[in-house]
Formats: sequence, structure tokens, C-alpha cells
Amino acid sequence: MDDVELRALVPRVLSVLVRRGVDFATAEDAVQEALIRALATWESAEPADPAGWLITVAWRAFLDMARSEAARRDREVRFDGAPPLDSAPSADDTLQLYFLCAHPDLTSSSAVALTLRAVGGLTTRQIAQAYLVPEPTMAQRISRAKRTISRTRLDRPGDPRTVMRVLYLVFNEGYSGDVDLAAEAIRLTGQLSSLSDDPEVDGLLALMLLHHARRPSRTGPDGRIVPLAEQDRSRWDTELITQGTTILQAALARDQLGEYQAQAAIAALHADAPRVEATDWTQIVEWYDELVRLADSPIVRLNRAVAVGEADGAPAGLAALTDVHEDVPRRQAVAAHLHEKNGDLEVAARLYAAAARDAPNLPEREHQARQAARLNQQLRHRT
Amino acid sequence: MTKYLLLKHYRGAPAAVNDVPMDQWTPDEVEAHIQFMNDFAATLERTGEVVDAQALSPDGMWVRHDGEGRPPVTDGPFAETKDLIAGWMVIDVDNQERAIELAGELSAAPGAGGKPIHEWLEVRPFLTAPPTVTE
Repeated sequence: MDDVELRALVPRVLSVLVRRGVDFATAEDAVQEALIRALATWESAEPADPAGWLITVAWRAFLDMARSEAARRDREVRFDGAPPLDSAPSADDTLQLYFLCAHPDLTSSSAVALTLRAVGGLTTRQIAQAYLVPEPTMAQRISRAKRTISRTRLDRPGDPRTVMRVLYLVFNEGYSGDVDLAAEAIRLTGQLSSLSDDPEVDGLLALMLLHHARRPSRTGPDGRIVPLAEQDRSRWDTELITQGTTILQAALARDQLGEYQAQAAIAALHADAPRVEATDWTQIVEWYDELVRLADSPIVRLNRAVAVGEADGAPAGLAALTDVHEDVPRRQAVAAHLHEKNGDLEVAARLYAAAARDAPNLPEREHQARQAARLNQQLRHRT
Repeated sequence: MTKYLLLKHYRGAPAAVNDVPMDQWTPDEVEAHIQFMNDFAATLERTGEVVDAQALSPDGMWVRHDGEGRPPVTDGPFAETKDLIAGWMVIDVDNQERAIELAGELSAAPGAGGKPIHEWLEVRPFLTAPPTVTE
């Protein structure tokens, strides 16, 4: 059993403890304890019944915690050594865990951390490394999150949208480290999709798969950005694309369109083009129009302007860009691209330089600086 | 071992010898610069002398407390602010000579014409924990 298979058992183990009456925060600590022991010992001797092993060890860890807590408070232990009989946790029990970890009372960073630990089965150390913060900071964030949700009661059905937002964040803000957060987000979204009946969850899963399929071609060997138009499409993962497209088509057929399905449709249209020239920009613009209707945002409008520039020409793209406020991140980079396409190299070079200065990360800064240098060289050769 | 902060400035450092903005370099010169910076960071990781390296956005603001029950006041960014930090590298080295040596290497990063920028870098020792033996 590999690490991922082990972690896939975590929501079930946690559900069992909660079903036995252990409060969520303590149960979650006990499961983490069992998980750490499993990681340390299973390599040499894997148990015949891994889930049973985890439940037993987590239960004992819980009893130890309860005893020391009781001793501290000089109270009786409410639980004795023998675990109550289990009724198997239902899909709804597991789904409740997702809702709890993505509870709207939590800040995004807390919800992300708690989801990765309680549902994803990652250790605090792994999550800390992934988000480049010290382990005690992450431990504190998680225990604060658990205190926050211990005050909330889950007596009404949770909103899948909060869970999807958290999983989208995990996918989209994947940092470095041992753990592949993008793959983890896909795994958890797949799990969520099997528990819920919302075509938007499938839309999100398809969106992730389709983007993940392009990952090998998105950065060069030195970490540089390779834009979509220049990517080596032979390196796209066709299996993931097929998987994503199939899931998306089934979701769309249910006729309950939402923003994730629309975004996935755009990603599918890109994935579908064997060469950049074969991209169906007209259809992509139509999907952006849908997106503006479903979930209008400056970033959607910015990306729409790029698509309009490809479908109807640079002047149309620049016209679409007038809808987007000057302060929107990456607007200058898009404007530079459209001006270059329009043949206005001087304006484009200036905008690329400005985009480099305002870039939110180093690869992006270097990418825009290269563009500015390239155009300025062309301009020097012209004169 | 002593920790030193190598500070790079957007503004505020004395002018570099080869002071040409990057967008005026050729694409090859930009590549060579980026390659040099990546190699420098990789070398320090191998020698076990790097602690942290970060880059900062030129945007930011000034913030101060504005009294009980009031939101903090924000102001800026100010174009006239003399000193604007671009990023830093924290190194943990044997002595000041080594810190100066490394800052000198970093300052030799190639720029326009493929020639070293000779950028001025600020080198600041960290205040350390007090030693055990004091007498």
C-alpha cells in the first residue's frame, strides 16, 4: 500500500471515531497520530487489514488522550477500553467531514490546511513544507481552525461550493515540496465527486484534470514559463485529457451549467487543438460569455479579451480590454500581447516592461522581461 | 558562523557601473543574467551557506496606527521614497570576508553587453544571540 492509498483511508477512519462519539478535534488528532505511526511502521510490516489497524490505533490514541485529559482535570474517563460496535460510516458521514473542514467560518488558509490534514491525511509537517511556513505555524493554524469549527454545529446540509472553493485553492496555489498538491486536489475532488451529486463537482474535477494534463509542457527545464501558444502539445497527457473530457461531457449533459463546467469547457477546447492554429477561439469566446453571465469577475473579462483578440483580431481584443480596470493583475501583460499582435511594437515593449515590474512572481517577471527585451531588439534592428 | 543579509535595491543604492534597465538588454543578455542568478543560488545551496532568498514587489504602502477603535492609516507608495528594497539573500558564513566575497560575486551578474552590472549590494550582519562564555 502506498502513501496515497493509506491516506485514502483517513476520512473513513475519522468518520468511525466521530460516530463513536469522539469530538471532531480530538478524533482528528487521534487519526493523525495513527497515521504517523502507520507511516513509521508499515514499511517493514503492513497489516492485513489497514483500515482496521488505523481505527484500532487511532482509538487507542484517543483513549490515551482522554485519560491524560481526565487526569489533568481529575475526572473519570467517559470511555472504557472496549470500543463500541461500529456501524460502517456512510457516504454522508464522509461528506460531512468535507463540509466541516471547508466551513464558511474558517479563513481560506485555515480551511485549506484542515482539509489537507483531516480529509487528505497529510501530516502537519508535509502541509507546512508545501506552503513554505514553519511547522509550528501550521500546527497552530490547524488547531485554531479546529477550535473555530468546534463551536459550529452541522445540523444543516453544507454547501458543496465552499468545499469546491477550498479544493480549487489547493489545486491552483500548488507550491513546491514533497507533496504534489495539484495531484492531491485532484484526488480529493474525485473523492468528493463520488460522494456528492453535483455536476459542478465533476466540472471542477474535469477542469483540474485538463489543466494537469498540460503541466509537463507549461514550464521549461529552468522553471521558465512556456505560454500556451508555444507549448509542445505532444507532451500533453492525452489520457488525462480523455478522462477530463469524458467527465465534463457527462456533467454538461445534466444541463445544470456552472462556472467550473464553463471553465472546464474552455480548457477542453484548448486541449482539443492539436496545434495552436487549430484552436476554436470562437467557441472559447462563447464560453467566456457564459462565464461572464455565471460568475463575472475582472479576471474572466481579462481572459475573455485574450480570446476575443484571437477570434476577432487584436483591435476587437483591445476593445474588450477597455472593460477591464487598469489595476487588474496581468492586464498590462495582456495589453502588451494585443498591441504586439496589432503591430504596435513600441507600445507593446513598454507594456511588457511595466508587466515585468508588476509581475506577482519571479517566473512571470522573467517571462515579461524577455518579451520586452525581444521587442526592443526588433525595434533597434528596424531603425 | 555569522548570518549576513545581502540586500538588493530597486532604488537607493549608488548607481551601478553598468546601469542599463533590463528591457533594453538583448534577449540573450537577459537569459545569461537569469542563468547566472540561478547558478549562484544553486552554488550557495551546495556549499551550505544559504538560509533564505526572497524577492519583493516594488509596490507596497506605509501603515501606521491611528488611535483606538480606528482603522490603521495607509499611505503611499511614494515615488520619492529613496530606499526601495528589491529582495534579499540571507547567508550563514564563517566570517565577514566570505560575506563580502559572495556579495562581490553576486554583484558581477552579467547585464547589458554581457558585462558585469557591478551593482552595489548592501551587506548587513545579523545581531546574534549572546554567547555562552562572556568572561
